[in-house]
Amino acid sequence: MTTEVGSETEVKKDSEQLGPDKAKDKPEEASETPGDQKSREASPGEAQDSSVPAPTSQSSPSSQKKEKSSPESKGISRFLPPWLKKQKSYTLAEPKDEPKKRATGEEQVVEESESQAQPRKSLEEAAENQENAKADDKEKHSISSAEIQPSKEDGKETEVEEVAEKKEEKQEEKENRETKEVQTAEIKIDNVPQKSPKKIKTVQCKVMLLDGTEYSCDLEKRAKGQVLFDKVCEHLNLLEKDYFGLLFYENSEQKNWLDSSKEIKRQIRSLPWIFTFNVKFYPPDPSQLTEDITRYFLCLQLRQDIASGRLPCSFVTHALLGSYTLQAELGDHDPEEHRSDYISEFQFAPNQTQEMEEKVAELHKTHRGLTPAQADSQFLENAKRLSMYGVDLHHAKDSEGVDIMLGVCANGLLIYKDRLRINRFAWPKILKISYKRSNFYIKVRPAELEQFESTIGFKLPNHRAAKRLWKVCVEHHTFFRLVSPEQPPKAKFLTLGSKFRYSGRTQAQTRQASNLIDRPAPYFERTSSKRVSRSLDGAPMGVSDQSLLRDFSAAGGRAAGDKIIDLEATGQDKLKEGGREEDESPLKTPQLELTQDGKSLEEEITSILFSKERFGAGTSGPFAAASPGPAEGAAGEQTGAAAPGPQRHASRTEGPCTGVSDADKSSHETLDIVEEKKQAEFGIEETLVVDETNKGKMQVATDAGETCKVEHVSKKDSSSLPSDSSSSSSSSESEDEEVGEYLPHHRAIEEVIREEQEEEEDMKRKEHEENTQRVEAIPEGSKLNVPVEHTQVTAEDLVQENTVTVAAEEKNLSEQIKQDLGEEKEEEQLKLNGDVSHVDIDVAPQLICCSEPPVVKTEMVTISDATQRTEISTKEIPIVQTETKTITYESSQLDGNAGGDTGVLVSAQTITSESISTTTTTHITKMVKGGVSETRIEKRIVITGDADIDHDEALAQAIKEAKEQHPDMSVTRVVVHKETELAEEDED
Amino acid sequence: MAGLSGGLAAFGRCTHAVVRALPESLCRQALRSTAGPEVDFARAEREYQLYVGVLRGKLGLQVLELPADESLPDCVFVEDVAVVCEETALLTRPGAPSRRKEVEAMKRVLESLNLNIVEMVDENATLDGGDVLFTGREFFVGLSKRTNQRGAEILADTFKDYAVSTVPVHDSLHLKSFCSMAGPNLIAIGSSEAAQKALKTMQQMSDHRYDKLTVPDDAAANCVYLNIPSKGHVLLHRAPEEYPESAKVFEKLKDHMLIPIANTELEKVDGSLTCCSVLINKASEL
Repeated sequence: MTTEVGSETEVKKDSEQLGPDKAKDKPEEASETPGDQKSREASPGEAQDSSVPAPTSQSSPSSQKKEKSSPESKGISRFLPPWLKKQKSYTLAEPKDEPKKRATGEEQVVEESESQAQPRKSLEEAAENQENAKADDKEKHSISSAEIQPSKEDGKETEVEEVAEKKEEKQEEKENRETKEVQTAEIKIDNVPQKSPKKIKTVQCKVMLLDGTEYSCDLEKRAKGQVLFDKVCEHLNLLEKDYFGLLFYENSEQKNWLDSSKEIKRQIRSLPWIFTFNVKFYPPDPSQLTEDITRYFLCLQLRQDIASGRLPCSFVTHALLGSYTLQAELGDHDPEEHRSDYISEFQFAPNQTQEMEEKVAELHKTHRGLTPAQADSQFLENAKRLSMYGVDLHHAKDSEGVDIMLGVCANGLLIYKDRLRINRFAWPKILKISYKRSNFYIKVRPAELEQFESTIGFKLPNHRAAKRLWKVCVEHHTFFRLVSPEQPPKAKFLTLGSKFRYSGRTQAQTRQASNLIDRPAPYFERTSSKRVSRSLDGAPMGVSDQSLLRDFSAAGGRAAGDKIIDLEATGQDKLKEGGREEDESPLKTPQLELTQDGKSLEEEITSILFSKERFGAGTSGPFAAASPGPAEGAAGEQTGAAAPGPQRHASRTEGPCTGVSDADKSSHETLDIVEEKKQAEFGIEETLVVDETNKGKMQVATDAGETCKVEHVSKKDSSSLPSDSSSSSSSSESEDEEVGEYLPHHRAIEEVIREEQEEEEDMKRKEHEENTQRVEAIPEGSKLNVPVEHTQVTAEDLVQENTVTVAAEEKNLSEQIKQDLGEEKEEEQLKLNGDVSHVDIDVAPQLICCSEPPVVKTEMVTISDATQRTEISTKEIPIVQTETKTITYESSQLDGNAGGDTGVLVSAQTITSESISTTTTTHITKMVKGGVSETRIEKRIVITGDADIDHDEALAQAIKEAKEQHPDMSVTRVVVHKETELAEEDED
Repeated sequence: MAGLSGGLAAFGRCTHAVVRALPESLCRQALRSTAGPEVDFARAEREYQLYVGVLRGKLGLQVLELPADESLPDCVFVEDVAVVCEETALLTRPGAPSRRKEVEAMKRVLESLNLNIVEMVDENATLDGGDVLFTGREFFVGLSKRTNQRGAEILADTFKDYAVSTVPVHDSLHLKSFCSMAGPNLIAIGSSEAAQKALKTMQQMSDHRYDKLTVPDDAAANCVYLNIPSKGHVLLHRAPEEYPESAKVFEKLKDHMLIPIANTELEKVDGSLTCCSVLINKASEL
């Protein structure tokens, strides 16, 4: 058994048995006293024991299994990579581990607490998880013993060690690994199915590198793409690797990107395994890359692109770029050495002429003094301005059968006819990307003056091409537009199409990570004809950043003075990880995870929301259980976090912005879901968002306005919400999927809005602004006070999809208790005011109180099919062929967020559970602001069905359940979003 | 030399200007989209001289003036026969058959400047320079009565570094009949519906975001922007006597050196300010 697991259990016990106060203390102790930690580690058996009982009965089997596995592993322990050792009790032997552990003691504790959740989950999931855990252990053993499997994890580990300072980061990685162990590490399972290492089948991989050399290695047959990719990057000493990818070719010319999160053998069906290392995402501004070596590889790629004609450029530019290449690779022009022919060995252009070579030589002379790195930079500065820079072209036909090219780039989708750009769809304009068979569709935001979204279809040569294009779009959108990746569609809808999502880091994330790269510039040789020197000393990229980030967040938590919270925060991370792991994207997960930790509040939230979806996909039942029965297994865990004890409340403050954004996000997500579900033939979606907010909210908008805003949120803004980030993609394997959909949700980040505004006319602009305002107002405004808490809709035979989101924001206990349906908000508001200073709050709440009845203050019901919507508000973007009904109940509480006063997000957690007909997503956010901590629980329940359902009943049920589940919290907001598909859309 | 026009800083840089004197045949034989008062040749000549004088005297450009050709009544509008960007010049195939011979003289003068010359030989292609708007970052090509898809393609092939987007032009002769560049990132645009629609198209097609300067009169939106090292931003725009309201808009450009120039006579035959010159930035020899 792993030490960590044991400790986790302990923590859990503490929290559960001893009560919140003790729980707080414990983590602190652990963190502060490394010695303690050590001792725990030393006595793994104990830890095991404790861990076993703590979880529900289900847990015991798994633990047993683990025990069994442990003896085996001991023998192998020397071969284990350090992190593995750490995790396991026998790690003690390793000196290296020890220091690490001490240093990271606190974090470990955190981990432990985090990991708690996972075990519980697994418990609930019962057999499956256990099996998985087993498998993990086995896999690990086999791997380690075999030493064959460097696996990405290994590589990372080494890197980590190199960077001694980044303990925390390491810790995180460990956590990830731990997660894998405890939960399902499908990867491992996949990798090492057999117990005996000798049986492991390996496959030789060859990777063509950008400098023309070949890298080959043996890979375990079931290795995922990430393993190979990491090996290659390590070989290249490349840290900023997120811009790159591995290509393989099927049917000669069709190039495909190797999906890191999937097994290689499932992507490339024929031997030999030959890949090409290429730039996948061309950074729009290469000067922002951190390392010269990264720029160098980008240069190599571009030289290929240019020489092959993929990247067209003029004669003059050919010559100029060629001259920089010479400067970078040969240095200053030397009249002695560089005689007439020296240039001919290089290829600068598809059709290289004597004249061009002369021009190149002429220009080369002018670059005297430029270092290779400077020459590369100059090269990139010019290359990046080329109009086809970073544009991935795909052949297609338009609706009239005319040959066109679709170009995917950082900014959107470009349509070319011959060499002319005939249209362009910026990402913010695109609402949905889908493919069906060989058709590729984009649904575009209505242009000004237009009422309806339009869907534009293109015909690709075959369905694989369509899917390939779709994937590239999904990846580019995610990489360049989102702060963090988006979650893959939920499992229940998977059957309808590809669940592929980009699982790597986004540009924002990778930039953040690279900012933290702290290593001396690695040496490398630039001559393309020579081999790139391999220096294995380089630190891995992910490491440094994350640790810093980690520090940051941790510091924030401590500053708040709530250690428990701190733990929880981490715990959430863990949960996320767990969820991801389950989803089969473990390898990628670690990176994302790390980055996310360090992110700003918004980002974190995003990732959280994200992760919740993850959970949904990976897990079912158990999490849902979490809400109802806190005491049990996973459920218990979640509940603990979700419905924090009184003490927590006292110290909790809600993060203003966060809360709001959460609400928005949830609604957006709902929308998304809805849209995706449209595919399912008769999906009726009902979203119930229950916002438990004790804060006062400002209600700016009138009823009509609210309606608008709600819709706006769900439709328009959804696109801009940051919430969609999902961490990993569990993309469905087969290439045979006929359909796939992707809703690029543009983050509501103001930039996006501005962008659009600028693009629009002034009129439009105003509208947008109004919309924006409304949107902002929405979260703040609280009209109905519905004391509903966690809601779980378990209606099984519902033919509709109901989404219930409960967002509970607790300011303090008393408030929560007081809140009742019948209660007036005013009291609360007063208290709130006393507790927290809100600038904006005072006025609005009062108004609300006066005008609205205590129970259901406002009911905004918007039934919109295209026509109705128009009537209601012309500013709205109509949903085509969909009936949407959104009801929002909000309590009129002060919203601390309103003032722009930002609290500290202490923790955020998302749990998703699914059963056949329902999906329950619980999102818990804890904010510390001004010494007051606030917990907010958002719960969303989606009920999907294809027949009639009594919405009112479902709503009532949901609210009731939520109340029951969290008696100590009050419901601040209930949003019911119902979407009925009136007719099938073309694209669906 | 600067690659890719050296970015925005170099936009509008100009050392040479090619112009062509007015033939008297212009008054009666020049193509015109709408019937109207006859061109007052003497006045047209004065306006032209003022225009050239500004380029040569005030701005210090090397002005290469081609002689008029009476057989080519439209030859003063040199812009239509050549598109010059950086070191490359594309000799067009004007949409009006009567104008195709104008290219010959232009070719000679451009060759003398040592530019890389590309000729549009495709018989199916037509392109008027007046339909080509170069923003410093990309080209917009109006698809008009004078310019067709094929012409735009050839332009795209010639200037491979840049995106070339097509913009439908219906109600006016050329794309630049209602717009032009008024600064490095600034598009002057007329207020007519067609102009606004075209602007919207351009905005949608572009990865860049341009500022716009909206003037009440479409014709006044055609101005000549130059970046003269000693003078900074220079803008030749229509005189207040012609378009007082639009002139007021230009006068709000604080950073620009504004030079009002009347173009009353040539406007009668669809001429605008940009039409009368081909601006070339000949970087000092390497």
